[in-house]
Amino acid sequence: MNEDRPLIYKYLRHDKKFPHVWCGGCGIGIMLGSLIRAIDHIGYTKDEVVLVSGIGCSGRLPVYVDFNTLHTTHGRALTFATGVKLAKPELQVIVIMGDGDATAIGGNHFIHAARRNLDLTAIIVNNSIYGMTGGQYSPTTPYGQRATTAVYGSVEHSFNISQLAVCAGAVFAARGTVYHVRQLDGLIEKALLKRGFSLVEVISQCHTHYGRLNKLGNQIEMMKGQRDSAVPVEKAKRMSQEEMEGKFEVGILVDREAPNYLEEYAKVQQRAKEALSLRVSKEEKEESDRREASDRN
Amino acid sequence: MKDLQKSELKAKLMQGNEACAEGALVAGCRFFAGYPITPASEIAEHLSVRLPQMDGTFIQMEDEIASMGAVIGASLAGVKAMTATSGPGFSLMQENLGFACMAEVPCVVVDVMRGGPSTGLPTNPAQGDVMQARWGTHGDHPIIALCPSSALECFSLTVKAFNFSEKYRTPVILLMDEVVAHMREKMVLPDAGEVEVIDRVKPSVPPEWYLPYEDTSFGVPPMGIFGEGYRYHVTGLVHDIRGFPTLRQDEIEPFLLRLFRKISTHFDDLQLVESFHTEDAELVIVAYGCVARSAHRAMVEARARGMKVGLMKLITLWPFPRRFVEPLTRAHKTLLVPEMNMGQVSREVKRVNQGMTPVLTLNKVDGTLITPQEILKEIKEKR
Repeated sequence: MNEDRPLIYKYLRHDKKFPHVWCGGCGIGIMLGSLIRAIDHIGYTKDEVVLVSGIGCSGRLPVYVDFNTLHTTHGRALTFATGVKLAKPELQVIVIMGDGDATAIGGNHFIHAARRNLDLTAIIVNNSIYGMTGGQYSPTTPYGQRATTAVYGSVEHSFNISQLAVCAGAVFAARGTVYHVRQLDGLIEKALLKRGFSLVEVISQCHTHYGRLNKLGNQIEMMKGQRDSAVPVEKAKRMSQEEMEGKFEVGILVDREAPNYLEEYAKVQQRAKEALSLRVSKEEKEESDRREASDRN
Repeated sequence: MKDLQKSELKAKLMQGNEACAEGALVAGCRFFAGYPITPASEIAEHLSVRLPQMDGTFIQMEDEIASMGAVIGASLAGVKAMTATSGPGFSLMQENLGFACMAEVPCVVVDVMRGGPSTGLPTNPAQGDVMQARWGTHGDHPIIALCPSSALECFSLTVKAFNFSEKYRTPVILLMDEVVAHMREKMVLPDAGEVEVIDRVKPSVPPEWYLPYEDTSFGVPPMGIFGEGYRYHVTGLVHDIRGFPTLRQDEIEPFLLRLFRKISTHFDDLQLVESFHTEDAELVIVAYGCVARSAHRAMVEARARGMKVGLMKLITLWPFPRRFVEPLTRAHKTLLVPEMNMGQVSREVKRVNQGMTPVLTLNKVDGTLITPQEILKEIKEKR
């Protein structure tokens, strides 16, 4: 705890916007701690970090941190982040979203951001429910689980967010939990340092809604559930589908290289300028030919 | 004679959409995000060629919602940004357009109007988005919308739109229509240097003193740019002068009222019209966009037949140029409002007119342009 105190003073808007809106025991604060430790460890200046969020419990996060912060519309955080990064590539653009935010209303933006491979880091806090609006089912609510809009049990099948990013082309995708906080520190740091689109899915608890509706106990019991269900990626490879039932992989799911958008677009700019100078010199030649011809006349 | 030759050499045959794109570049636009849609696609195509030549960025996003988001993000990072679309895409942009109003982010949105509602008439002209430009996004908000009626105006009003957006920190809508967008006209573009370009005011105080949404005598706070040392919070929630969300009554209303005041105290600057023979006219045609061209021809022909007809061409549609229309009604002139919708501007004219003089309407929604003959016929019949 003590080692974090200087970080609190350095990075939080501690004299401005506290107390925060989150319920006691919410995992978002734990994730925020990991994010700040990762940023501090890398050594980014506060001026070069842009923190973008959407709507929901996670959407409120940028208010509390002393970076350039942008709280956008529901599901659209990645689109705003795309504009910021393209306009000023030297900025470190980090996008915080929730599961409903990123994969329901923002699902299209999510897969296209992963495909485009622009240098952004997306952190999705997955608590399997819409917390801020009162506990409605989200795209990651498991089949059969309850929500305030699924009191008889959800009949939809859930997204695997990390696998979705892998399939859509993300060069880095990892899953952590707010229980395995040291691992999460490392995953977020790796994601921030990765060139291209990187994703960290953070499994978190919403004991206020999801835990209560599904009788999963309080925040501590839910975090113990994370401990018991998390299987390291390497170990999961050796396990059968039946053994993995009800469990999830944690760790780095993919870490690969692919051309990133900024480098590719720099080539486009280069080609455009070459085409322009060719055209200009051609026009100049035509102009001088015309002048010569008229002089002869 | 020599000057004429020079300008003749520089003269170009240019489409409204291309002129709009060139205007954006002259205004300093270096970022475009868009999604293909008829009849606005040429703007994106042209800028995809031109922007990378000038170290600018063009990106084709996954939809219009994303395009509008990217435009706002780029503007917050200090780059002038634009998107272009048509009715269906404009509907999708309304969500983030409201964000730009709320967070006071300068940007330009071009809507090339086509027949609606829904997919409507993708390749036919219409003027049905006038009210969508005004009230398309939810909640009370002021907006600026300009309407060109020639290819050259597509150029000059795009520059104007950028200048207004930077000066007033607000999204500005350029309401083009399919006719001006696709019509090719001869034009001589001014040199860069000959065009007035306005840039946003940035904060001059030390960062620790900066209050991003503090009122000023002009009504528009200086805008901090991401990465330039002024770390602040940007949100679509109602916010206090520090930019943080607020629920305090004494902060909510002053903020929203300032949004209105920054526009309403500058009507002189924002409201643009062009008047032709309105002084001696008994009947004044109030028209905008492509219909203003037909109206001009109708006016010339009517005057040749001895009828005292004038024309007021509306360039600014929002805020509605009341201070120009009102004197016409006080002078008891009959007004005729031809438009390619069911009466979106004529209702505004009637609101200003308050029953003082007759307001005639000529509405056409069959996917074709209102012709000079149709306007002339209306003048003859109703006079």
